[in-house]
Amino acid sequence: MPKISLSHFEAAFLFALFTSVVMGITSKKTDKERLHYGAYCFGCFIFALFSIGWLMRLGHG
Amino acid sequence: MAAQTETVASPKEPAAPISVWIGPVIAAWMIPGGGHFLQKRTGRGALIFASVTLMFLFGMFMRGMMFTPEKGDILTTLINYGGFVCDIANGVLYFAASMFGYNAPDLPGAVHDYGTKFLVTAGLLNILAMVDSFEIATGKKD
Repeated sequence: MPKISLSHFEAAFLFALFTSVVMGITSKKTDKERLHYGAYCFGCFIFALFSIGWLMRLGHG
Repeated sequence: MAAQTETVASPKEPAAPISVWIGPVIAAWMIPGGGHFLQKRTGRGALIFASVTLMFLFGMFMRGMMFTPEKGDILTTLINYGGFVCDIANGVLYFAASMFGYNAPDLPGAVHDYGTKFLVTAGLLNILAMVDSFEIATGKKD
């Protein structure tokens, strides 16, 4: 079985992508709403990723 | 005297018979997106299948740990049982991995930790897909 070693960013990016797709599909009723909600979730994940990343970077000194 | 408000109980909808939704829900558990395929929602089923399966495979490739039901203090019990339920929610992916002897130890390190989270989250996403299949089967959703 292959073994992969992803960086924090790559792993968090993939996590955000897969989770957003499923949340978009399962949460809304029309395709348009699903697309919007999936994109919104993905944007929130990426925003949180960068915000918390910078917060930790600045907090750590 | 304060005005009193009357609440009118809305008539409860009768629960859908189990035969209507049990097939799609079990299919959704066993094969990610299976419930959607069974109900002719192939596009959505394919996206769920791809997302959950890829997440599970990435989790395995990162050597994530599979939880086993272990008792200890309340937090240990909660984490292990919760993780075990989430892992099992992956359906055939979990059973195939266990059958072929996948058993990564709980090693320290960010990559292994991400792997464990990927395996658990894939199961949680599959639970969402199961609920969606149930709602489609009972007519609450298109």
